[in-house]
Amino acid sequence: MSLNAKIRFVQLSLFYGAFAALKRVSMTMAERHITALIGPSGCGKSTLLRTLNRMNDLISGVRITGQVLVDGKNIYGPGTDVTELRKRIGMVFQRPNPFPLSVRDNVAFGLRVAGLTSRSDVAPIIERSLRAAWLWDQVKDRLEQPALDLPLDQQQRLCIARLLAVEPDIILMDEPCSALDPIATGKVEELMLELKKQYTIVIVTHNMQQAARISDVTGYMLLGDMIECGETAVLFTNPQDRRTQDYLSGRYG
Amino acid sequence: MKARAEKLAQRILLVIALSAISSLILIALFIFKEGTPIMVKMGLRRFLFSSEWEPQAGLFGIYPMIVASLWVTLGAMLIGAPLGIAGAIFLNEFVPKTVLRIVKPAIELLAGIPSVVYGFIGVMVLAPLIRNHLGGPGLSILAAAVILGVMILPTVISISTDAIGAVPNSYREGALALGATRWQAVHMVILKAARSGIIASIILAMGRAIGETMAVIMVAGNTVKLPHSVLNSARTLTATIAFEMASATGRHREALFAIGVVLFVIIMLLNSFATVILRGRTTRA
Repeated sequence: MSLNAKIRFVQLSLFYGAFAALKRVSMTMAERHITALIGPSGCGKSTLLRTLNRMNDLISGVRITGQVLVDGKNIYGPGTDVTELRKRIGMVFQRPNPFPLSVRDNVAFGLRVAGLTSRSDVAPIIERSLRAAWLWDQVKDRLEQPALDLPLDQQQRLCIARLLAVEPDIILMDEPCSALDPIATGKVEELMLELKKQYTIVIVTHNMQQAARISDVTGYMLLGDMIECGETAVLFTNPQDRRTQDYLSGRYG
Repeated sequence: MKARAEKLAQRILLVIALSAISSLILIALFIFKEGTPIMVKMGLRRFLFSSEWEPQAGLFGIYPMIVASLWVTLGAMLIGAPLGIAGAIFLNEFVPKTVLRIVKPAIELLAGIPSVVYGFIGVMVLAPLIRNHLGGPGLSILAAAVILGVMILPTVISISTDAIGAVPNSYREGALALGATRWQAVHMVILKAARSGIIASIILAMGRAIGETMAVIMVAGNTVKLPHSVLNSARTLTATIAFEMASATGRHREALFAIGVVLFVIIMLLNSFATVILRGRTTRA
């Protein structure tokens, strides 16, 4: 895979106090690909994901060594504007978390944060974002309704639309389908494959079938170590590491 | 044997509980029984909206006191609510949780300071300051509003802090992950989510402010005249009852009870309003 490396982790370690949640993780993630992170609970895959938009900064007592390069620039280097970084690197959470605002205001949120407030400027972006998240037809007549009244899968796609409005280049997804039923999951997966044409996507998932279905590259993590990463098709059919084999065949633990 | 002891305990608890509730009901009934006749005789409108309060002459118009109570209360809200809400935001969003755990109980302790102490500080410190720098007698609506504004801070901070603390962290994360600053997350999302709790805290604080007596008697100056400026002295509803109850007989006494009825109704309305708002929040979430 000689593609454009959008993201590079270089010997990245992360400590919660004395506990090492990530141990010298190195990995490359290609532009406009879907990279999946799999592994048992507590293996550090969500922590690794959250280093990318520096959400771990919110937890006190976190210490990081090593580098996270996005477009070749260390986002933990001095002079990184974290709010700017988070506009470029959007995140979809495990549980849909639309704000207790109207559908429209949810999508407009990131724009308002960035200082774009005029209704006539915002309206076309809202429509475009909702269309891109395949939500426009369902909500176009209920833009003023509370977002929390939408069904869960629509809420999750609203959260995706909310991201797309600020035009990030990387989308992080932290088990985005774990609160959804299989049909809704299917829709979100299909959407991800569509989004991959424009965005670099990193997804954390508990669901190995999901990783196999949608990702181009998969990384398997265990206790803070990146055990193995490679093309999804290869990793799933011919894992090199014994521990990966065990996990994939359900013999873990 | 055991079952009988159990039954007995239940009975005793029931009697105690009932006596607490029935004393409340009795107080309410008593106030209404003593207070309503004069309102009926005079006509509610004349009682509430005429400005002459001269008990010796048989004139009982409580309009100046209603205005004084409203001014003092509104002033207290204008001072106490922004400070309290800002404090709650600060404690929840901008300092480590350990600070909240230490500071919040300390603030709640402020609610336990006797109001006469607040009043004393008002008389000794605040009133001279106002007199020397802003004019007027010093003991004034402004002084009462400032003192009450401080007195309601514990209520506002405590309940608002709970409301803001109850906002799901996912809202906070969602806002920050979209590139919002802390402050943007607070005023665009978190305050909206905590709105009902914050409003309830303000309403409850308002109830406290209207009902407060001792501190207000000490600092408001106690003139029964329609106030024209916040630097005027004034006398609130509660202060009137406290002042005149010792000497009041007959119709005068009835009039004081009628003031009690007015206060009772105002505070009941405020409290049920707050309850409805708080309940609305829990059913939604």
